[in-house]
Amino acid sequence: MADIEMRAVLAEELKKMMANDDRVVVIDADLAKASGTWSLRKDFPDRAIDVGIAEQNMVSIAAGMSSYGYKPWVTSFTPFVSRRVCDQITLSVCYAKQNVKIVGTDPGICAEINGGTHMGLEDIGTLRSIADLVIFEPVDTVQLRQAIPVIAGLDKSVYIRLFRKKIADVFDENTYKFDMFKADTIQEGSDVSIFCSGIMVQETMLANEILKKEGIKADIINIHTIKPIDEEAIIKSVSKTGCAITAENHNIHGALFSSVAEVLAKKKPTPCLPIGINDRFGEVGKLPYLKQVFHMTAEDIVAKVKEVMALKNN
Amino acid sequence: MSKFNMFWQIFYLKVLRGAGEMYRKEICKIIREDTIKCIGSIGVGHVGGCLSIVEILASLYFKHMNVDPTNPHMEGRDRLIVSKGHAGPAVYATLANKGYFDKSELLTLNHSGTNLPSHCDMNKTVGIDMTTGSLGQGFSCAVGIALASKLSKDGAYIYTIIGDGESQEGQIWEAAMYAAQAKLNHLIAFTDYNKMQIDGNIEDVNSLDPLDKKWESFGWNVVVIDGHSFEEIDNAIACAKACEDKPTMIIANTIKGKGVKYIEDKGFANHSIPMLEDDMATAIEEIRRA
Repeated sequence: MADIEMRAVLAEELKKMMANDDRVVVIDADLAKASGTWSLRKDFPDRAIDVGIAEQNMVSIAAGMSSYGYKPWVTSFTPFVSRRVCDQITLSVCYAKQNVKIVGTDPGICAEINGGTHMGLEDIGTLRSIADLVIFEPVDTVQLRQAIPVIAGLDKSVYIRLFRKKIADVFDENTYKFDMFKADTIQEGSDVSIFCSGIMVQETMLANEILKKEGIKADIINIHTIKPIDEEAIIKSVSKTGCAITAENHNIHGALFSSVAEVLAKKKPTPCLPIGINDRFGEVGKLPYLKQVFHMTAEDIVAKVKEVMALKNN
Repeated sequence: MSKFNMFWQIFYLKVLRGAGEMYRKEICKIIREDTIKCIGSIGVGHVGGCLSIVEILASLYFKHMNVDPTNPHMEGRDRLIVSKGHAGPAVYATLANKGYFDKSELLTLNHSGTNLPSHCDMNKTVGIDMTTGSLGQGFSCAVGIALASKLSKDGAYIYTIIGDGESQEGQIWEAAMYAAQAKLNHLIAFTDYNKMQIDGNIEDVNSLDPLDKKWESFGWNVVVIDGHSFEEIDNAIACAKACEDKPTMIIANTIKGKGVKYIEDKGFANHSIPMLEDDMATAIEEIRRA
């Protein structure tokens, strides 16, 4: 487990940027404490703004500020900066070619006891169909810390799907090199490809321990940037393995599974099965319970791997 | 541009400029005529809500706004965000007459590959300050722009025009609240209060009254004017600039389709109407006669 929360990494990196660039602004909608951005108000009272509980206004204000040359970051819980502001992101931000960074925290089942109303299980699916929007979901603090300056440097809008609390680091800060548009190969293998994102990377690593004991060599790929997706990494992996599963903290319709399946259908038809929320709404609960309810545990991943390998062998 | 057209443009812009209100009246006639021609070039368009804001547009671009058509991205310039983005043709006619682009381009409205789409697009049309069209959003963008200008301490005035029907959007009131909270006193908004929307008269669909009290209660400096009177527009802008701690909403009572009787007489049905050769001839004849 990392000794720092993901939202604290976000705040630290934003603080550095705001100190160096007086065009960087952060806009919250009454969830600054949840997002970790509250602390920025002390150092930047004019540029750490709270518009109150008005997310549509927040996103369009950000677009307006961007049109003036500012570099706004907006934050809220995942559903409130995706499905709630879909039209604002589409028109004020993307259609108008503005540069707004959108941070959605508590993705999918991470909303835990806030329950079904606060679970963004459809945010990527909703936003992925908006032209020119980059969609990114970090895995750990190591990746996030490297990613934020890269994202800030992109002259386009990015949706960042952020688990905000402490999570086990997957990557080694001494060796990891982040590339925004290249997927990370975490482990090479020849039996099955596992394309995973967000908190499901850590779950995949647990599953991998079981798979290793059973002699199954998984090619484990973290897809941190879901749009535009690294097609080359997907094709290269399935060319070795001949079958794949996806593991995501999202409805299986519209996000990682759909993105990978699209690549496979277009370029290399390959059996591929999903781990994720199977077209259901969320409910209250802690993560271990919710992973069981939605069949997103390490054991579920192992079972799905065997299922898809059987398809390959047929 | 033909030599004849260039002569008239120079005549109006240079010679009549000194004639104050008379000059602006003539400019409005040209903008109205060009708006009709612009919409006529494709045969159909948002005529009513274009003609109702012509005096406001002419007053902003030909009297009040600090802009330079030869340097359309000038830093610290005043800006106009037309949140009722469907008024694009009237804005384009105004910009063309101000010199942002050649007037011949007005005849490309909505043609394939045009730079002049139905709704305002900052990435296509020189002089457009924000992309608008999905109602309510442009107003929030204007608040963001006013906020950015205030942070930059450049002293610019940020103007915006919203529709009365648009004021039924919840986002308008989210933005209204925050603009007052942030004391954006350089934000000067107009409501084009022509009392009509696509499906009927505003009062029959979803009434805004008392609109002035609503804005006042949201913490705005409010001025109610005749939106076709240059004197009242000028006084309202002066009142807005004198206000040091609030944004200003100028509720401009207007006539949808103003300036062409047969269009005015259609009432709310004039929101989007055909503009064919005969329609254009009738409209332009009346506009020129006014």
